[in-house]
Amino acid sequence: MSPPSPTTPRPVLTPRLDKMLVALYEVTRFVGRFFREVLLPPYEGREIIRQCYEVGVRSLPLISLTGFITGIVFTNQSRPSLAQFGATSWLPSLVSIALVRAIGPLVTALIAAGRVGSNIGAELSSMRVTEQIDAMEVSATKPFKFLVSTRVLATTFMIPVLTMYAISVGLLGAFLNVNSNEATSFRSFISEVFNTITFLDIFSSLAKSVVFGFTIGMVGCYQGYNSSKGTEGVGKAANAAVVTSMFLVFIEELFSLQIVSAIRSF
Amino acid sequence: MNNEPKKPAEKVIEIENLHVAFGDNEVLKGVDLSLYRGENLVVLGRSGTGKSVLIKVLVGLLKPDTGRVVVLGQDVVASDTTELDKLRLKVGFSFQNSALYDSMTVRENLEFPLVRNVRNLSRAEINRAVEEALDDVGLKQAINQVPSELSGGQRKRIGIARTLMLKPEIMLYDEPTAGLDPITCTDINNLINDVQERRGASAIIITHDLTCAKEVGDRVAMLFDGQFQREGTFDEVFATDDKRVQQFYHYNFTE
Ligand SMILES: Nc1ncnc2c1ncn2[C@@H]1O[C@H](COP(=O)(O)OP(=O)(O)OP(=O)(O)O)[C@@H](O)[C@H]1O
Ligand SMILES: [Mg+2]
Repeated sequence: MSPPSPTTPRPVLTPRLDKMLVALYEVTRFVGRFFREVLLPPYEGREIIRQCYEVGVRSLPLISLTGFITGIVFTNQSRPSLAQFGATSWLPSLVSIALVRAIGPLVTALIAAGRVGSNIGAELSSMRVTEQIDAMEVSATKPFKFLVSTRVLATTFMIPVLTMYAISVGLLGAFLNVNSNEATSFRSFISEVFNTITFLDIFSSLAKSVVFGFTIGMVGCYQGYNSSKGTEGVGKAANAAVVTSMFLVFIEELFSLQIVSAIRSF
Repeated sequence: MNNEPKKPAEKVIEIENLHVAFGDNEVLKGVDLSLYRGENLVVLGRSGTGKSVLIKVLVGLLKPDTGRVVVLGQDVVASDTTELDKLRLKVGFSFQNSALYDSMTVRENLEFPLVRNVRNLSRAEINRAVEEALDDVGLKQAINQVPSELSGGQRKRIGIARTLMLKPEIMLYDEPTAGLDPITCTDINNLINDVQERRGASAIIITHDLTCAKEVGDRVAMLFDGQFQREGTFDEVFATDDKRVQQFYHYNFTE
């Protein structure tokens, strides 16, 4: 395995298209490098745990609040439509499907993109700008492994955990709302929920948030690790991390919708 | 016994015809330079002439456009990442702006290269190495502080201490005394000489500080317009009418 040649590719198409292709190539190489390095020792256990803690703690308050309020608001807003058909008893199943299949993973991913993604982008970028990454490089301490692999693993693992948490908190909000309006007991609420949700719902929701987590970690690290020099690079990296990962999360959401409906129609 | 010819000193760094450009900005235009074992070589030159670029090429942080760079017998340009990492253990690089790890304490900064490169060290061994390195730069009391609590000069000294942790054969100091008070400068100069004498290390010292150059340099090389145009002992380099060279001297030494 030899290092890539320092010469940049000669312009082939239009300069703009060329730049896009080069960027695509760079991203692919970055992702490839992650998979290559993550499998080799040392496994950075301590640092991974520290990053998991960072990711979890950083987003927990906001996710608790958002999940809880979304549960309440969504339930409350759905009530009139169901009431027209005298079907307010369907509220628990309606809300749980919405939370598990769509709202939980999406809300969690968007919040994590804002909190965690921007943080990773800014942190790595300021390390790049102040030559801390170079300093790690020249002391043979493998900064890619230490900084990138650990963060991507942490988001990939923690975002699904946070998603499950957001769904639970959302369901709690929904329960409080139906309890005070329809006097539904906790037991019947829970049994409604578990009668509705299938294994496929939970599985696809988890799988989706694994992809979201990977995306958020990867985008944040890519933007930060390759950021341009100068302090304005830090702001740019943080910003680009959020915008790009949110955009990708929505695209992935659309794809997963197609895939899961294909599986369902089987 | 004594009439054997003196063995020519071994070259630990050999640079031939090195060219580095950033876009249209040609920085190094055919640099030739050698560093001999056990020698302290001072590199002088105006701001922006590419002194930092030069030593970054030596450790593979920057790829040259053309030229041969051999460090401790290893061709840097042709080395892959694994080979480079092996070489980097033997070369200490002290950054111009210190480049301390902001998220870590001073202790963790110093430990980092050690624990990540040397397996199976006991806690006591690590602590001893950290304290020794801090003692070398006279900052034992700062061990539990974080970089943001340190002054610029203190950060610089911690940066040097971190570089010494792996006991490198070659040291690259990028402006080790810039921004320090005269007393600390003297300490740093003594440290550089001490590292040379005690460890037999070779070093390249980039500086604008001619007192430092005089104190630590066995040889001085001056970078102008992308090439080394003057080279020799301190006195040899400055024994010239060349105006640019004289300006360097007078700014430092004229009362
Ligand atoms: N990564 C880089 N990308 C583009 N240009 C660079 C890069 N690094 C250095 N340069 C350019 O190379 C030139 C030399 O920079 P260098 O940092 O080596 O100067 P220097 O001799 O160390 O100056 P000083 O004494 O101020 O530290 C500068 O013009 C700088 O703009
Ligand atoms: Mg410099």
